[in-house]
Amino acid sequence: MKTEKVEKAGRPLALDREDERVRHASGLRAAGLAVIDRMRSGDLGSLPVVVGLAIIWAVFETLNPIFLSSTNLVNLLFDSSTVGFISLGIVCILMVGEIDLSVGSISGLSSALLGVLWVNRGWPFGLAIPSILLVAVIIGCGYALLFIRFGMPSFVATLAGLLAFLGLQLSILGPTGSINLPYDSWFVRFGQVLMMPAWVAYCLGAVIGACSFLINFRTSRRRAAAGLSARGVVSLAIQAAAIAIGLEWAVWYLYFDRGVPWLFGLFVAFMLATNYALTRTQWGRSMKAIGGNREAARRAGINVGFIFTSAFATCSVFAACGGLLSAARLASANLQAGTGDVNLNAIAAAVIGGTSLFGGRGSAYSALLGVLVIQSISSGLTLLDLSSSLRYMITGGVLAAAVVIDSLARRSRVTHGRA
Amino acid sequence: MNDLKGLRERTPVLSLRDISKNFGAVSALTDIELEIYQGEVVALVGDNGAGKSTLVKILAGAIEPTSGQIFFEGAPVTIPTPSAALSLGIATVFQDLALCENLDVVANIFLGREIAPLQLDEVAMEVRAWRLLKELSARLPSVREPVASLSGGQRQTVAIARSLLREPKVILLDEPTAALGAAQTAEVLDLIDRVRTRGLGVVVISHNMEDVRAVADRIVVLRLGRNNGVFTPDASNEDLVSAITGASDNSVVRRAARLRRDKSARGRNNEGRNNED
Repeated sequence: MKTEKVEKAGRPLALDREDERVRHASGLRAAGLAVIDRMRSGDLGSLPVVVGLAIIWAVFETLNPIFLSSTNLVNLLFDSSTVGFISLGIVCILMVGEIDLSVGSISGLSSALLGVLWVNRGWPFGLAIPSILLVAVIIGCGYALLFIRFGMPSFVATLAGLLAFLGLQLSILGPTGSINLPYDSWFVRFGQVLMMPAWVAYCLGAVIGACSFLINFRTSRRRAAAGLSARGVVSLAIQAAAIAIGLEWAVWYLYFDRGVPWLFGLFVAFMLATNYALTRTQWGRSMKAIGGNREAARRAGINVGFIFTSAFATCSVFAACGGLLSAARLASANLQAGTGDVNLNAIAAAVIGGTSLFGGRGSAYSALLGVLVIQSISSGLTLLDLSSSLRYMITGGVLAAAVVIDSLARRSRVTHGRA
Repeated sequence: MNDLKGLRERTPVLSLRDISKNFGAVSALTDIELEIYQGEVVALVGDNGAGKSTLVKILAGAIEPTSGQIFFEGAPVTIPTPSAALSLGIATVFQDLALCENLDVVANIFLGREIAPLQLDEVAMEVRAWRLLKELSARLPSVREPVASLSGGQRQTVAIARSLLREPKVILLDEPTAALGAAQTAEVLDLIDRVRTRGLGVVVISHNMEDVRAVADRIVVLRLGRNNGVFTPDASNEDLVSAITGASDNSVVRRAARLRRDKSARGRNNEGRNNED
């Protein structure tokens, strides 16, 4: 038995590779095959959305060559960032298997509050923002209370909130209906024109690539030291190089025009932070567990009520952030803020990006991917001078397609034993 | 070593005295006596409604008994909550296992007890998970696959491994072999054997007499919420079945006779075991 467990090279087999019944990927080619295997069984990851995005871009580019111009892509990044924030919150709430339909109203309410508190009442900016975020936390806790204490399904509670906070937004904006934010303020410039200097963007691209390599390399070293199988340095380096080169190329292309908005940088920073929280902390693990099997999570000693409350509060806070930033983008707080398709776009973005409506499955990156899809469609149709009626229909169709893919992939995972 | 064994035989790790539980007018359990020693498997058998689940729930801290006393390692204790049971050292694996199918094996084993909550130490957790599974001689293809991809027996293994993470002294298994095929049942019975070798007291609830005989050191029969005899695995099937169903023409006499027989059988059994050791 002992001799069997020693590889040809004389190295002892890794702790997790001792079962000879299992085919393990070793080397680059085998790793590629393993990826194909996973996808066949319905573990699609972000592949459908990446393919979808490529198709959408190809179609719009052939219809109108301005679409993939640097100018349009920079605008796309501005528009994506605000909805992206709301989508990050939706990812969090979908993770526990619940939904918040009122994110649009909350974003509208917070932009209205910003107008009233900051501009009309003259509160300092540094006081207005925390107060608005506090309001969002209270709203989220309120939903959690309704859900946990009174057993109100989250979609009903938040549907009620959708109407209630829309009404509140209308009432605090008053008869004028619109408050202009000061154009020369730092906040509005941040939302409209502030760009990273080119060298910062290039450096960030390189730093992200380097960090990816260092983090993975450290994990790989620790795994090897602990007697577990570890990824080779070559494959790590290839991955990191691909990330860095992709980012640098995107940055190079965007700097034909204005470049990378700080607003988008902020969104990416929050996305990375959310990703860390969801994948590398006990909190994120508990969120996934509750989304997968609430009763099992409760029996494992997880404070289910607290996790639900934090999920609702996080979602509301991200919605408020999105509302504040879109107010900065428009330089005004008005009656239309957060109404119309904002709600659905944010939810659709999370689902299109690959976060499951059924709970327990998804990632923060889906907010970015999904919002790029949604905003690309919107921007492409606008460039074609198509009316918003058609835009709504097409966005609706894409959302339906995304949910169908989610459902089918889920069914396939069940039959392949990977649900 | 022999002294330790002797001590172990004298003080049960967990013992119940006159435990009763009433739900309104219904007495689910009446004056239940149960003793569990280290390193032995006690099978709890009985018909539907005999009170097995109620008893397990009391031990797991899910419900509190109406009257009676619980002793843990000789000291009287109360078990008001599931976490109280866990901190005493009583782990329970319920029939539905309570695993999160979307999480992988490591995440399930460490659920709620992750190492380094703010920066999960996946490497340490994976190593610990493999060690735990290896101690149970469990064969899982990978601990990084979602639990949904595992067979019923493998899931049972994961659930048991998870309950062992806290180093409990007693482990309660509710119907561990129900809904399993022959091979997987054998796998789980082996697992129970190895848990016993680790020195734990094991309580197994089962409907399957063959499984019970294969693994149990003692078989405790409940009937209509009362103790209805303690058997050794070599007791005849008729005796077991009639104790479970109560289908005897003169139960009092038969039970008295049986109890006498059991007492001597248990004495013999204990002697035999001591000699073996």
